[in-house]
Amino acid sequence: MRTLAVVVELGRRSVRQTFRRPQLIAPLLIIPTLLLAVQSAGAGRAVDLPGFPPVESFFDFLLAGAMIQSALLAGNSGGIALAIDIEMGFTDRLLAAPIPRFAIVAGRLAGTAAMGMVTAIWFLALGLIFGVTIEEGVLGALLMILLVTLSALAFGTLGAALALRSGSASVVQGTFPLVFVILFLSTAFFPDDLLLEPAQTIAQVNPLSFIVTAVRDPVISVFSGPELLEGLAGIVLVGGVGLTLCSMALRRRLRMG
Amino acid sequence: MPAIEVNNLQRAFSADVLAVAGIDLCVDEGEIYAFLGPNGAGKTTTVRMLTTLLRPTGGSATVAGHDVVEDPAAVRTAIGVALQEAALDPLMTGRELIQMQATLHGIPRAEGRRRADDLLRRVGLTQAGDRRVGTYSGGMKRRLDLASSLVHEPRVLFLDEPTTGLDPVSRKAIWEEVQALNREGTTVFLTTQYLEEADQLADRVGIISAGRLVAEGTPGALKAEVGKPRMELVLAAGERTDCMDVLSRFGDPLPPKDGKLMIEVAEGSAAIAPVVRALDEAGILVESLDVVEPTLDDVFVAKTGQHLEGADAAGEPGTGETEAVAG
Repeated sequence: MRTLAVVVELGRRSVRQTFRRPQLIAPLLIIPTLLLAVQSAGAGRAVDLPGFPPVESFFDFLLAGAMIQSALLAGNSGGIALAIDIEMGFTDRLLAAPIPRFAIVAGRLAGTAAMGMVTAIWFLALGLIFGVTIEEGVLGALLMILLVTLSALAFGTLGAALALRSGSASVVQGTFPLVFVILFLSTAFFPDDLLLEPAQTIAQVNPLSFIVTAVRDPVISVFSGPELLEGLAGIVLVGGVGLTLCSMALRRRLRMG
Repeated sequence: MPAIEVNNLQRAFSADVLAVAGIDLCVDEGEIYAFLGPNGAGKTTTVRMLTTLLRPTGGSATVAGHDVVEDPAAVRTAIGVALQEAALDPLMTGRELIQMQATLHGIPRAEGRRRADDLLRRVGLTQAGDRRVGTYSGGMKRRLDLASSLVHEPRVLFLDEPTTGLDPVSRKAIWEEVQALNREGTTVFLTTQYLEEADQLADRVGIISAGRLVAEGTPGALKAEVGKPRMELVLAAGERTDCMDVLSRFGDPLPPKDGKLMIEVAEGSAAIAPVVRALDEAGILVESLDVVEPTLDDVFVAKTGQHLEGADAAGEPGTGETEAVAG
């Protein structure tokens, strides 16, 4: 119970920190929102291309991509914030307290997951305002929020691992453009059938594609168990790799002092 | 049982970088122990090992009866730590920081809120408690850091250079708080590079240089080891050969230095009046006269052959210096 209280407290601090530092909150909401607006307005007729899945509008198709982009950026922002803590010695304050070491990372990840939930709600609201219909209704919307929250948690493990390994906010921030590379090499913004090689092959094995598809599913079609399971598997894969890297980086940092 | 016991403690960062090269020390319950040394001497590395932030590569240490390697969780429960450069989140308020610290130590939320109020009052930050730490002055940050380290009423308090970079008024406020805590029974282990801080605060001082403890004792005993107070005179109108005849009646002559005549004066400042009278009677005009007590810097010089960095700055050394002008 005590460890849970610590994780909740550190998670709360993490969320507060994100809202109080504009350079952390802005990328989560503003960049994906702008990209969503520009893409849906500028390439709206993409839905008429042969092979494009049947959707009401390109905006409907892009919504899940924007959510996952935001979740990825939440993971990156969480990593930056953790690296700032390390740089300014705040992590030492936590390490000198009688709490399990993993609680320090877990607290940060809880905050990142909470930010993922906030962004999911933001984009759902945005979608509803602009006429998106969630085919699977309220349950579908809740499922989307859950998946985006879990995705942020999984992506947060990668940001945290990088922060723990490098101890440098600028190094973590330097991976920011990679978010876009990974996204454009997935089905976040375009169906894989319409991508050129080698992007098509990469998108077909990119775990992000499975996650985006699972989040998109309640918007554009009826619920599909296999797609949900594939999405969850993608989240578990990313989170598993991230947690392993986190654990290695934390052990190394504790050893080095 | 000693509050801190250290045996041949070592920390190597690589094969040829030995930051702490085998330190032995013992700090009793209720003592204020100052670890004095220049930058890079190994003070912070030692504190990081004693607070379980860094694993020793050799030797052993116990804090509050718990081994820092075998039982680090018990050590962390018993200690309070205020690290160098006040590791505070500028985006948190002072109250949020103390309440978070309370949660880290397993204190229930309601009790954490009460302690935050008490501690903010104690360090004079009640008004600023709900402001973000980023708006605090350096002195306020240090006081907040100190307050947050006390939230669980630790038995042993570690302060790593608690007043570095602070103005004299803020420094004095921290000293008073440390002394008050010590009177309440808290053992304090502090590192400092300020001679005056060690001299004023500490029951005992350990002087560290290049990762080794080169001297240890009470400030008075350490200074007594390196000599008696000395009187330094500059004559008003050239040398007078008979001056040393007069001065030698009051103490053993020392070799002149930089145009100053010097004698040892065991009674310190008390020798000023009789010396001035004797010189006046002999018709010897004096431009300046100082009594210089040995300082911890003198101890450092005697033990290492080097001065402490900044020892000549801001009146840090020569705190026992008394100046008089006679003529």
